[in-house]
Amino acid sequence: MSTDSALATIQRQIQWNRLIAVVEEQAQIMIRTAFSTTVREAGDLSAGIFDLKGRMLAQAVTGTPGHVNSMMESVGHFLQKFPAETMKPGDHYITNDPWLGTGHLHDLTVVTPAFRRGKIVGLFANTAHVIDVGGLGMGPEGRSVFEEGLYIPIVKCFDRGQANETFFDFIRAGSRTPVELEGDVYSLCACNDAGAKRLVEMMDEFAMESIDDLAEYIFDASLKATLDEIAKIPAGSYRAEIVSDGYEAPVTLKAAMTVRRDEIVVDYAGTSGLSNRGINVPAAYCRAYSCFGIKCVVAPEIPNNWASLAPFRMEIPEGCILNAPRPYPVSVRHVVGQLLPDLMMGCLHQAVPDRVNAEGSSALWNPPLRGGAQVSGAEAELPDFEIITFNSGGTGARPTKDGLDGTAFPSGVRTMPVEATENVAPVIFWQNQLREDSAGPGRTRGGFGKVMEIGAKGDAEFAVNATFDRVANAPKGREGGGEGAPGWVGLDDGTRIRTKGYQTIPKGRHLLLKLPGGGGMGDPRQRDRALVARDVADGLVSEAQARALYGTD
Amino acid sequence: MTARLAVDIGGTFTDLAIERGSGEETDRWTAKVLTTPHAPELGVLEGVRVVLGRAGLQAADISVVIHGTTLATNAVIERKGARTALLTTEGFRDVLALGNESRYDQYDLNIELPQPLVPRRWRVTVPERLDNEGHVLRALDEGAVRKQLDFLRAEGIESLAIGFLHSFVNPAHEKRAAAIVRQVFPELPVSLSSEVSPEMREWERFSTTVANAYVQPKMASYLHRLEEGLREAGLTCPLFLMLSGGGLTTLETAARFPIRLVESGPAGGAIFAAHVARQKGWQKVLSFDMGGTTAKVCLVDDYAPQAARAFEVARVGRFKKGSGLPLRIPVIEMVEIGAGGGSIAHLDSMGRIQVGPESAGADPGPACYGRGGKQPAVTDANLLLGRYEPDLFAGGALKLHPGAAKDAMGAEVGARLNLSPEMAALGVVEMVDENMANAARVHAIESGKGYEGRAIIAFGGGGPVHGYRVAEKIGVTRLLVPSGAGVGSAIGFLRAPVAYEVVKSLYQRFASFDLDAVNALLAAMSAEASAVVAEGSFGAPAAEHRLAFMRYVGQGHEIAVAIPARELTNDDVAAIRAAYDVEYTRFYDRPVPGSDVEILSFAVTVATIVDEVKPIAPVHDAPAPNPVRVQSVRDTATGEVAEWAVYDRAAMAQGAEVPGPCIVAEDETSTLVGPGWHCRVDGLGYLELSRLAR
Repeated sequence: MSTDSALATIQRQIQWNRLIAVVEEQAQIMIRTAFSTTVREAGDLSAGIFDLKGRMLAQAVTGTPGHVNSMMESVGHFLQKFPAETMKPGDHYITNDPWLGTGHLHDLTVVTPAFRRGKIVGLFANTAHVIDVGGLGMGPEGRSVFEEGLYIPIVKCFDRGQANETFFDFIRAGSRTPVELEGDVYSLCACNDAGAKRLVEMMDEFAMESIDDLAEYIFDASLKATLDEIAKIPAGSYRAEIVSDGYEAPVTLKAAMTVRRDEIVVDYAGTSGLSNRGINVPAAYCRAYSCFGIKCVVAPEIPNNWASLAPFRMEIPEGCILNAPRPYPVSVRHVVGQLLPDLMMGCLHQAVPDRVNAEGSSALWNPPLRGGAQVSGAEAELPDFEIITFNSGGTGARPTKDGLDGTAFPSGVRTMPVEATENVAPVIFWQNQLREDSAGPGRTRGGFGKVMEIGAKGDAEFAVNATFDRVANAPKGREGGGEGAPGWVGLDDGTRIRTKGYQTIPKGRHLLLKLPGGGGMGDPRQRDRALVARDVADGLVSEAQARALYGTD
Repeated sequence: MTARLAVDIGGTFTDLAIERGSGEETDRWTAKVLTTPHAPELGVLEGVRVVLGRAGLQAADISVVIHGTTLATNAVIERKGARTALLTTEGFRDVLALGNESRYDQYDLNIELPQPLVPRRWRVTVPERLDNEGHVLRALDEGAVRKQLDFLRAEGIESLAIGFLHSFVNPAHEKRAAAIVRQVFPELPVSLSSEVSPEMREWERFSTTVANAYVQPKMASYLHRLEEGLREAGLTCPLFLMLSGGGLTTLETAARFPIRLVESGPAGGAIFAAHVARQKGWQKVLSFDMGGTTAKVCLVDDYAPQAARAFEVARVGRFKKGSGLPLRIPVIEMVEIGAGGGSIAHLDSMGRIQVGPESAGADPGPACYGRGGKQPAVTDANLLLGRYEPDLFAGGALKLHPGAAKDAMGAEVGARLNLSPEMAALGVVEMVDENMANAARVHAIESGKGYEGRAIIAFGGGGPVHGYRVAEKIGVTRLLVPSGAGVGSAIGFLRAPVAYEVVKSLYQRFASFDLDAVNALLAAMSAEASAVVAEGSFGAPAAEHRLAFMRYVGQGHEIAVAIPARELTNDDVAAIRAAYDVEYTRFYDRPVPGSDVEILSFAVTVATIVDEVKPIAPVHDAPAPNPVRVQSVRDTATGEVAEWAVYDRAAMAQGAEVPGPCIVAEDETSTLVGPGWHCRVDGLGYLELSRLAR
């Protein structure tokens, strides 16, 4: 190879590396400048760079999987309405359409063109979960998307650098938290601008006229590497099923996964139909979490881009809960969608049993809390508040390691400190600790769930918009491992309440949540005795459970 | 004339430096001895003997000893601290285990999370609860405290952390519990979260407090043994400890809050860079320290290394953010990545060149050391590019084997990419330079600062080699290679002020600013910091700086805004509010209209005033020296091979200037002057590189 072509090979690698750093910068700026706790504390966001055909070249490592390829598909919708050649420097485009974005109204997606010497060269996009968009608020109660909040079609929020004041007037008027919402839109635009600036610097440095050649190189290398990894999975058809608690009735998720030499196709035939409430999943979100689950097992090291995700295809029948059409309600689509990685691993367990986990708590246990006059009317003892914290039960046991205690998976979000939460809303957390005897037993055990007990200041009345799953249907173990403890939702006096839907917590009472533990893996009697003894000494496993499940003397 | 002694205990070596005199009249002697981990004071005393001998000085000639150490860090990393317990609020037994409930790597199913320093059996709870304003919701159950202490005594607990929710607002319950400990278990050392790290966020505060308790018995014992050993050796002068935040403190304070010593070594390096920046009058600098296994980057603005309030120790995910134990203490902020001379190169599944974080270490070391290493490291790549003369590496102490480097590079990188070993080496060096440049960029962004227009101060074995290309990648046109960089941290200690920082949370909104409460808090913080400094300053003049950490209401990250170090008036409050908008706009282009601003916490730093640095007298041009040889070097930007002149640094007079491309060689390192750069020796003997055009 000549020195020139050798240098070109190396420089393309450098440029790819740089793009990944550029989108990481983009994500970090969003976290630094965002207003909604969901972005800045929890990290519920994503950021990426796209070519003019809407194909994603690179995505920030920071972020959460639910936005993977749902944001990726979204850019194509923007280009359909506003073709690249019509875009101008300083433009920013926005939507929260669940079917054009990432699956519910709380996620804003912003797309920004990057210009070099007056010519459009690429697109930056990001998605962030904002705290409030009006409507019923985050929860399953809506009967159509129109009840779930402010609906923003794809529009310009900035036109050649000028804020679209009409747009900002509308969103301020339609939200319970207008300052945060407006601030977040500014933040999303600023971080795309920063990405665009870095891209142009790179193109100058390497004298690049366009990113097309680089894109082809990234796509070729990623596709080839992904296909190599798929080839390591034994070809065949694998089936699995999970039952979610659902809203009005249990929801069965059924998958038939076909692994071929060059692709993995998942067919969801047999999955339950649509719900009348907001647990429905738009197709893009189904693809996002299905892909994530497969990719974690099959090709975890290959970065996300258009080509590395292309060999994973989903066939989702119409009328199924994983392919909700507009205007079905979709606000808390994560409750069902976040079970999909467990379902994918149920299929892959038949092909590569030593590479997958047992089922976990999986769907986040986020209690959206509300109080004040919105709940208690004229009797309110507290100022109005609206808050959501992100919480997790235990993850499934792993082939050679225990599951993780109270840790988000598959979601990539973080939780907020109790002290910080109590500083932004008049609530008191009376407990937030691990839930004893909740881990599914096994050779490796599941992670422990946790217990949360929440009241309002002065034990005033407040409300929860419950969105909790894995209560009637516990996380399952694999290979003889036991189930994790199912969840429990009620009051501190032992009264159970519904696992989904808006409910008030009466004055003097606390909300008590017991989050599920992860399922176990393998025969518990084969577990290392020293580890059983450690868990007993730590008060995580009772002696009774150690005897009954692990067979200690 | 009296002399000052600095001692830096690292993992492998203990570095010592003595300086006598000041300014241009300073004499300096240095020594390196092996660290003695079982009893570190022994290594120190041996080193003191050696360096005094070199200087021809007596123990009585030393007027002050300044000491920094990684012992506290190592105790945490190696889990060799005390049997530690945590007494905490009922209902919150697992704050340390739950962390922020997240994974630091999204796709790795086999991720390991850092284990808390205190296992669950020793995390015990008592009924008590405060609300966010410090009001008592539930009184402290004193009987329960006694009962738990009986249990902990039976468990053989050696150190206790006490952490209650919202104690940073009202420490009464923690203080009362500590009083009970003194009554019933007086020999048990106690660390209170309201004293160690009085800031909001229970995980970070408890984690810091537990880490302090974990290292405290060992560190206190070591520090007292050291003091005694030094006294026996005739060093009766004051002993100061270097803090991770860049100031010095007394032995008593260090023994109480040893967790504040964790990053004192790297802090010394950053202070060294800051001092050099001050000598040069450069206000915006990036310090770049590249060693054998890692590279550290620190932003230095207005001659002060960037300060931070959070740090992660003992990362289990190899430098991955979020994989360590959080510490909330004043630290010098730096980013550390796994990129050093020993970092190993390989190809990933997409055929992409990856460098580090695995390191070949010293044994077997890079392939070119000829000690059996088969994996190509960055040093191998530099050798194959012609940057090192194989017989003269490290002053000729280590003969390099280009054949072994070539074989390793060809087999592990070149073959699959269809590149020659030399071009593969170029790819490896470009990638490691790119990684360091990216780390610097993202670090600046995360810190809310820019990197444009900075100068780089490069040191460590690899800094001067890789500096110019990293500079090009981030658009920097000035680079400085100071002398004495081999013991930079120890020299940095000698430049540090006696200083102490107190940070406290007090939530304020501008719409409802409580001037009296803020003034009372700041006065108390000022008194606390001044008292600590007075113990060690012996009346030297000190200055006070105050910061408010502010953000728009609802926003996530605070910006530090300087506030006047005196009683605040209503006019000040308005000025502080305005200053925030200016700072915010500087970083993020536009302020957010209509938002109120909140203050989360305040910091008060009292520090002795560092001696003024004399401006460097301009030096006259001196003739360029003759090259000692030429080397065929491959340029990593173009791939072209050219003859680069090599100059002996020792032979270059002040004012001498040489054009790039060339190499300025010395025993410890080589400074590469890339094409388009030129190098001039300044009035301090430092190498100053400037980039013209490329």
